[in-house]
Amino acid sequence: MDMGFVLTQAISQAIGVTAIIYLLATMGLNIQFGYAGLLNFGQIAFVAIGSYAIGVFIIQWQGSVFVPNLWVAILYAILLSVLLALILGVPTLRLRADYLAIVTIAAGEIIRLIFKSTDSLGGAQGINGKMGEEFYAINPFPEQDRFDFGPLSYTRNDAWVVTVGWIVIALLLLLTWALMRSPWGRVLKGIREDEDAVRSLGKSTYFFKMQALILGGIFGTLGGIFWAIAKQSVQPDSFVPAFTFFCYTILILGGAARVMGPVIGAIIFWFLLVFVEQFLLLLISNGTITFLEPTQVGPIRFILVGLGLMLLIIFRPQGILGDKKEIALDAK
Amino acid sequence: MPNSAATHAVSELATVTAEPGVPKPDPLLVADKVNRHFGGLVAVDVDHVEIQRGSITALIGPNGAGKTTFFNVLSGFDKADAGSWTFAGNTVTNTPPHRLARKGMVRTFQLTKSLSRLTVLDNMLLGAGGQTGEGMLASLFPFTWRSQETKNTERAMVLLERFSLASKSKDFAGSLSGGQRKLLEMARALMLQPELIMLDEPMAGVNPALKQSLLDHIRDIREQGTTVLFVEHDMDMVRDVSDWVIVMAQGQIIAEGRPEIVMQDQRVIDAYLGAHHDQELTASGGSLTEEVTS
Amino acid sequence: MHRGIARLVLVLVAFAAAGLVGLSPAQAEGQSITAFVSGAEKAPIPGVTVNVTDADGFTGSGQTDAEGLATIEVPSPGKYTATIDVATLPLGVEVKGGPERSINVLQGDKKVLFPLVPVGEGGDSGSGGGIFSSITVDRVLQLILDGIILSLIIALGALGLSLIFGTTGLSNFAHGELLTLGAFTVLVLNTTLGLNLLIAAPIGIVISAALWGWGQNQILWKPLRKRGTGLIAAMIVSIGLAIALRYTILFLFGGSPESYAQFAGQPGIDLGPVFITPKAIYLSIIAIIFLVATVAWLKGSRLGKATRAVSDNPALASASGVNVERVISVVWVLGALLAAYGGVFLGMTQNVVWTMGQFLLLTLFAAVVLGGLGTTSGAIVGSFVVGITVQLSTLIVPTELKTAAALLLMIVLLLIRPQGLLGRAERVG
Repeated sequence: MDMGFVLTQAISQAIGVTAIIYLLATMGLNIQFGYAGLLNFGQIAFVAIGSYAIGVFIIQWQGSVFVPNLWVAILYAILLSVLLALILGVPTLRLRADYLAIVTIAAGEIIRLIFKSTDSLGGAQGINGKMGEEFYAINPFPEQDRFDFGPLSYTRNDAWVVTVGWIVIALLLLLTWALMRSPWGRVLKGIREDEDAVRSLGKSTYFFKMQALILGGIFGTLGGIFWAIAKQSVQPDSFVPAFTFFCYTILILGGAARVMGPVIGAIIFWFLLVFVEQFLLLLISNGTITFLEPTQVGPIRFILVGLGLMLLIIFRPQGILGDKKEIALDAK
Repeated sequence: MPNSAATHAVSELATVTAEPGVPKPDPLLVADKVNRHFGGLVAVDVDHVEIQRGSITALIGPNGAGKTTFFNVLSGFDKADAGSWTFAGNTVTNTPPHRLARKGMVRTFQLTKSLSRLTVLDNMLLGAGGQTGEGMLASLFPFTWRSQETKNTERAMVLLERFSLASKSKDFAGSLSGGQRKLLEMARALMLQPELIMLDEPMAGVNPALKQSLLDHIRDIREQGTTVLFVEHDMDMVRDVSDWVIVMAQGQIIAEGRPEIVMQDQRVIDAYLGAHHDQELTASGGSLTEEVTS
Repeated sequence: MHRGIARLVLVLVAFAAAGLVGLSPAQAEGQSITAFVSGAEKAPIPGVTVNVTDADGFTGSGQTDAEGLATIEVPSPGKYTATIDVATLPLGVEVKGGPERSINVLQGDKKVLFPLVPVGEGGDSGSGGGIFSSITVDRVLQLILDGIILSLIIALGALGLSLIFGTTGLSNFAHGELLTLGAFTVLVLNTTLGLNLLIAAPIGIVISAALWGWGQNQILWKPLRKRGTGLIAAMIVSIGLAIALRYTILFLFGGSPESYAQFAGQPGIDLGPVFITPKAIYLSIIAIIFLVATVAWLKGSRLGKATRAVSDNPALASASGVNVERVISVVWVLGALLAAYGGVFLGMTQNVVWTMGQFLLLTLFAAVVLGGLGTTSGAIVGSFVVGITVQLSTLIVPTELKTAAALLLMIVLLLIRPQGLLGRAERVG
C-alpha cells in the first residue's frame, strides 16, 4: 500500500460503477430539483424500482413468458418507473413543495420495506444471480483477462460495464442539454423560480412538474438497472434514504441546474471519498496515525460528506460550475 | 382605433349610475354572489359586479376588506365557496389560472414574481402563449419551434423597448430594481396579448419617481385596447388613472362610481375612517399608501 | 447500516434458524434438549447459560457454544422447562417471548429456539408467537400499550420538530439526532463518569438542552437566518448536519448498542392482560408531565403565547414587539430538552445506539404532518395516531413493515386532508 495505490483506487472509483450509479440518479435529480425545483427526497425509490425490476424479472421470474429477455425487463423497469412517478406525483404535485419531500422520502422507505419483507421479491436476503447475461454476451472487447488504461486495470466485464455506463451518461447529458435550452426547459426553470407566476402566464405547471418528475425518475431507474447488471446483486438495505442525500451532495457540489454539474460532482465526490478513506488507511497501516482504528475510517468519510454538504449549501450553493451572476443574486 | 374604443368605454361609463352592483353598457367580467369564507370569517361576499370593457377599473378598500381575496378568487388562485363569474361571456367560475390566462385574463402579483434566475428576455418569452417548443418531445427538435421563438423574441423586444427594459434583456431578472420588476411583470403579462390585465397593487414598493411612468404605462395599456382592473391603496393613483372605482369593505362592495364621485361618498369615507382614523382620505401625498414590506 | 431494522427481522430469522437447527446432526441416542440462541442475522450467541428443570426436581444446565447451541441431556421423556439465565445474555438484548420455554420431550433430541432482540422489542411483550399469531384481545391490548409508549417517545420528538418548524419554517432533518445526542450525553455521564442514571439523566438532559439546543441555534441557525438562507437551503443544511452528527457518534462510540448502567434488565410485571416494565411506567408518567407542561406553557405563559404568535406570523409578531430571536432560542432549548428526554426514554426501554434517532425521524415527520404542520396539539395527536398505528399494524402486516404502515397512513391522509388532522385550511395569497 502506497500513495500510488491510494490515487489509483480513488481515480478508479471516481469513474467506476458506483460513481456511475450515483451519477445517473443525480442527473435525474438535476432535472427535478436543479431545473424544476421539485424536492424529490426519494430518488432512491426510482433506483430501487430499476434494480428490483431486473432482479425480479430476470431471477425470480426466470423463464416466464412475460420476460423473454433482459431488454424487455429493462422496458418494464422504465414503465414501472413512470407508474411510480405518477403515483407519487398525482397527489403531491398540487401540494406545498415540502410535502413532496416528505411523501417521496416516505415512499422510498415503504418500497424498501416491502421489498425487504416480501420473499417473492427477494426478502431480506435480496436477489443474487446472473442478471443481464444478454448484456455481457454482446461485450465487444476481445477475449483477454485484463484491460489496462494507464494505471487502471479492468476485467473484460468491468471494462464493458463502465464503457456502456459512460456512453449512456453521455447520451442523457446530450438529452438534458437539448431539453434545457428549449422553451420546455424555460418553463421548468420558471416553475423553479416561482410557480404561481408561471401559472398566471397560462402554463399548466402541474403537467410540466409531472413530466420533470417522470423524466428524472427514469434517469434514476436507469441507474438502478445499471446497478443490478453491474453488481449482479440487489440488496434491500442498499436502498436507504441516505442514497438520495448523497445525490443532493453530489448535485450541489457540481452545481445544480448545470448540465455538467452532476458529472463534475460525482467524480469529485467519489474521488475525495475514496482518497480520504484510502489515505487514512495508508497512514494507519504505516503507523503515522496511531489514534485511529481502521474501522473508524468509514465514519470519518461520512462526517466529511455531511460537513461538506452543509458548507457547500451555506458558502457555495451554486456549486463548482456556478454562474458569477448567480453568485451576485445569492448575495442579495 | 383602440384609442377611440377606450374613449368610447370611458364615455359610456359617464352615464352609469354610481351604485353598488350597477350594470355596465359593455361588461367584460361579470361576477355574481361570490362568497369566500375562512372558518367563520367571511372574506368576500360580493353580490354582483361588472367590469366595463376597455376601462381602467380600480378596486379599493381598507385593509382586510377582502380585495386581494376577491382578486385571487377571480383569477383562479383561490377557490370561491359559492358564486359564479363570466369572462367575455364564458363562465369561468373557479377556472384554474393557466386556463384563464389562455382565455385572455392575466394577473400580476403584489410582491413581484419576476423569475430571478431567468434573464429578462426569458421572462418575457415565458409569457408567450401557444409555444410548440413547450412540448417535451417537440422541444428536442428545434426546427419545429425556431421560427416561432424568433417572432416571440421580436415581440418581446418591442415590449421591452416600450417599458425601457430593452438594454437589460440579457440580465438576470433578479438584478432589476423593484420598480423595474413591476414593469417587467406588466410587460410579461402583455406577451399573452390579454383582453383583461389584473394588477395587484402595482404601486406597492415603487419609488415616487417611477410612479408617474407606471401610471403612463397603465394608461398606455388601455389605449392599446386591454381592459385594466387593479387593486390599489394609493389614492392618488386611483384618482389619476382610473375610469371607475369599486370600493370594498368587510367583503362587500359598498360603493362604485367614477373616482371623483366615489371619493365624496360618505360610506366610503366612513369605511376608510373606520380603518384609518389618523389618515385623510383625499389628501395629496399618498397618505393612504400602505406600507408594504416584502 | 440499518441494524435497528435488521433486528426487527429477527422473527423471520428465527424461522430461518429453525431450519438450520433442523439440519444439524442428531445428538445422543437418549433424550436431550438442544437450545439455539441467536441474535441478528442468525448470528449464534455463545456463552449463554440454559437451565432445564422438570416437576420432579431434575435440573440440568449447559452453555451455548460457538454455534449458539447448548445440549442438555434429560433423563426421560416428559415435560421440561428451559430457562435462559438472563444474566449471561449480552447487554441490551432480551429473549423474544420471554426467557422461559415449556418443552414436551418425546424421544431423541428436542430443539428449542431462543431468538434475541434488543430490549423492549418484544422480549417482554409476551407475544412470542411470531408475526402470524392470531389476533387476541390480550395481544391487541398489549400492542395498544406498546403503541402508547411509542407515541409518547414520538411526541417528545415531534413537539419540538413542530415548534421549530412553526417558528422558523425549518424542516429539521437533524431532529432525530437531538434524541440520539440526548441519549448519548446521558450515557457518557452514566457509564463513563459513573453517575447513577437517576442523577445522570436530569443533568444530561439539561446539558443537551443547552448544548444541542441553544448552542446549535446560536452557532448554526441564527447566523444562517441572518444571512437570509432560504428554507430549502436550510433543510439541506440540516440533512448535512444529521449525517455529520450521526457518523460523529458512530466514530466516537462505535456501532454496537449500549445500555445504561442501571435499570437495564428490569423484569416486567403483569397487569392483568398486559405486560410492562416498571421503568416504562415511570418514564411514561414523566413524559406525560413534560408534554402537558409544554402545552400548558404554550397556552398560558407570556413567552408561550409569544411563541404561538411567532408561529402564526413572524413579521407581525416582531412588529408587535415580540423578540422573535429570543422566542426561537427558547424553542430550540425546549425542543432539544424534550428530544433528549425522548432519547433517554428510548435508550432505557430499548438501547442506546447511533441510529436510534435516524430511525425515528420519518415517524416524527409523519406525526407532525398528520397532525397538521406547525400546530402543537396536532403534533401530539399525530404522534398518538402514528405510534398506535405502528404497533397495531403488526397484527396484519409483517413486523418490519410497521413503520411503512405509519408512513402510508400519512400519505393517504395528505391526499384527503392536506392541512393535517388539526390544521386549518390556509389562505392563499
